[in-house]
Amino acid sequence: MQSAVIVFPGSNCDRDMAVALETVSGQKPHMVWHGDSELPEGLDIITLPGGFSYGDYLRSGAMASRSSIIKPIIEAARRGVKILGICNGFQILTETGLLPGALMRNSNINFVCKDAELEVANNNTIFTSRYAKNAHISIPVAHHDGNFFADSDTLDRLEDEDRVVFRYRSDINGSSRHIAGIINEAGNVLGMMPHPERAIDKKHGGTDGLALFESLVL
Amino acid sequence: MKVRIFVTLKDGVLDPQGKAIHHALESLDFSGVNDVRAGKLIELDVDPSVTRDEIDRMCDKLLANTVIENFEIELPAAALETAS
Repeated sequence: MQSAVIVFPGSNCDRDMAVALETVSGQKPHMVWHGDSELPEGLDIITLPGGFSYGDYLRSGAMASRSSIIKPIIEAARRGVKILGICNGFQILTETGLLPGALMRNSNINFVCKDAELEVANNNTIFTSRYAKNAHISIPVAHHDGNFFADSDTLDRLEDEDRVVFRYRSDINGSSRHIAGIINEAGNVLGMMPHPERAIDKKHGGTDGLALFESLVL
Repeated sequence: MKVRIFVTLKDGVLDPQGKAIHHALESLDFSGVNDVRAGKLIELDVDPSVTRDEIDRMCDKLLANTVIENFEIELPAAALETAS
């Protein structure tokens, strides 16, 4: 499996993402700088890691989503290459328009940093096939802007089309309909606020994130 | 030419920062404030050749996220006269 981790100035989960990808695939991912205008050939998956790209200037993910590497990522997404955005990566995906909605300031304005209890709302995706249907899992979250917002028509459509992939089991940030992660219409672009790459080793305190990366190499 | 762009959250979009400011005002014993909405002011210094249409596109493409935000463009009075 050929994978890439896109590194932005201010990314801080890029190495965790690389470790997770290498753990399941046995192959080192390409670390791709945001200022590049081409991706390595033959990628199966492109990941956008967590962090605070460009210091969250203007809006979280706003500056990163206008980086020169984004254009080839959008083209790759259209060709069906898998794209995984975690935390800041999810914010970047909504800012590029690859995923609908927006991630706003948490409703209680606090930074939330803890293990979040999630439900796998859809295990029939290329990212979640190794989870049981409606599995309850525990995955760390660490964000200030994780409050998923979309108009009610968009939310209805996401639910009708089974595109809500993860839900919080309790309200932790004000997200509409407890949405923690969504997928695009074609099923190859996933964005989620929780950090599965921080839960792949017993030493992390949990391994519930491992199945997501294992699903990718199937 | 100085252009001012006001970016505000759309009606109906919860504004946690505005709410917190509202509570803080109340805790300072200011009464009679019914609601607070926080936004951004972005000032651009642009060449006179830049058109209103281009500024609109700047807002659409970057300065505002129109999923959640509205924007309002304020041109200097002189520019408005030339435009009209």
